[in-house]
Amino acid sequence: MGKKQSSAIIQRLDSLYEFDREPVSDRKLQGASNFIGIYAGEHVAGTEFVIGPLFVAHGVSAPDLIWGLLIGNLLAVLSWAFLAAPIAVRSRLNLYWHLRKIVGPYLLFIYNIVNALMFCFLAGAMISVAATAVGLPFHMRMPELNDMLPNSIGWIVTVLVVGGVVTGIAILGFERMSRFSKIAAPWMFLVFVAAAVSVLPTLGVSGPGDFWQVAKEKIWTGVPLAGQSKFTFWHVMFFAWFCNMAMHIGMADMTLLRYAKKWQYGFLSAFGMYLGHFTAWIASGILCAAAAGSVAPGPIAYLGAGIAGAVCVVVAGWTTSNPTLYRAGLALQTATPDWKRWKVTLAAGAVTTLAALFPALMMKLLDFVALYGLILMPMGAVIFADFWLLPKLGLERNFAEKKKVLFSIPAALAWGVTLAFAFALPLEIFFKGLPGWIAAVLIFTAASYVQQRSFRGAGKEVEA
Amino acid sequence: MRRVLQIISAAGLAMVIVPAFLVFAGRIPWRTHADLMLAGTVLWFVTAPFWMGMSGKKGKG
Repeated sequence: MGKKQSSAIIQRLDSLYEFDREPVSDRKLQGASNFIGIYAGEHVAGTEFVIGPLFVAHGVSAPDLIWGLLIGNLLAVLSWAFLAAPIAVRSRLNLYWHLRKIVGPYLLFIYNIVNALMFCFLAGAMISVAATAVGLPFHMRMPELNDMLPNSIGWIVTVLVVGGVVTGIAILGFERMSRFSKIAAPWMFLVFVAAAVSVLPTLGVSGPGDFWQVAKEKIWTGVPLAGQSKFTFWHVMFFAWFCNMAMHIGMADMTLLRYAKKWQYGFLSAFGMYLGHFTAWIASGILCAAAAGSVAPGPIAYLGAGIAGAVCVVVAGWTTSNPTLYRAGLALQTATPDWKRWKVTLAAGAVTTLAALFPALMMKLLDFVALYGLILMPMGAVIFADFWLLPKLGLERNFAEKKKVLFSIPAALAWGVTLAFAFALPLEIFFKGLPGWIAAVLIFTAASYVQQRSFRGAGKEVEA
Repeated sequence: MRRVLQIISAAGLAMVIVPAFLVFAGRIPWRTHADLMLAGTVLWFVTAPFWMGMSGKKGKG
């Protein structure tokens, strides 16, 4: 990559975020109710229709599910409150500008592209979710748990149509769609709950007193479906903690929490966790059991709530995939010289729709979500170490910005070596995040120490 | 007017959630619950956009 070309990329990247360049001013800070609404809305989404059933398929027992979700979600809330929020309210910058100061624009460019590809796959999974509902009236053959490839022409056509519409809306009307998702959020949560409650009698629950017994014997039985691995309390706990790892430990939610009046607003993520990642996961698990183990979101929602349930799956998949696709387009725009936004979003939509053709993306959503968090997590560890640890060791924060470093070697090492270490660990993907985070913090701190000492040793005293 | 719309929206949400508990209690058949949910859904989406304004802007990045 030539120097001229590189600097053009940096300029394009910066210009995309130009309006966000300054720290949030005091008058733009927002109250607690806004954060409650945003968190509750974001975490009752299309993914919830898949995750609950996958826990059932993986043979989680009822006590493991409840305790795993209670504790895992608590750890997620604490991660938002003690890791992301304190830095967000001190920096008042979004992730892009904060990270740029630490890692330099070139490494940030790579991070943005990786992030965009992850967004494409996540949006693809949501298009698959919506397709399972759109295909209902056409008696489309639904993908099954072990389907990795497209299983019918009907599936391919439905996914292409849904992907085309989602991409078209992402190009034409993101703002309107964003407003629509806020309106849909409270309704969607109630559809989850209502659908689950209405099928309880078919599972043999005749009163509140029966529920726990039926839950243990017919829903979360502790026996995995054929071909599925067995999940324990630890799987559930770590999944609940790390499924939004990119947002809390990975610090992506600095972009949101920089508007918080105080860091304690990080605790408001509890509304998202316990409405979405507790109640909605339990509800969709109940629906899966009532559907005799089917995990296709459209049919199970229809079973519980009729047409409203099927509409809910379409809306949930749609409202999740649309902003995700938009963000992917935004990030990819930096790598596509002279392309208009619509063209970039169209390309991202094409990649996303192609990915959605493969039911594996939806059926392996637990693994994908864990992988997504793991890949982006090291940059959160870099931000954490830069903010809290480096000053205590007499080192400079934001070294790349101060020394005009375009590509931070310590951050690149922390990212690359951590991922190599994490993938080499003989653990399931759900358990790699914690040792990975510790490794990333240690690698970045040690490499920063060496880098900053070498600058000083070369007589290039770091400016105060 | 805003208050009226809010009341209709609330009624729509009630029609989404309450019938499920009536099915659970054996008071109404599942089909009625599904129809009421659909009606509640329509009520919600027809009225809520008029009073649920956008406040603030959230950017993710």
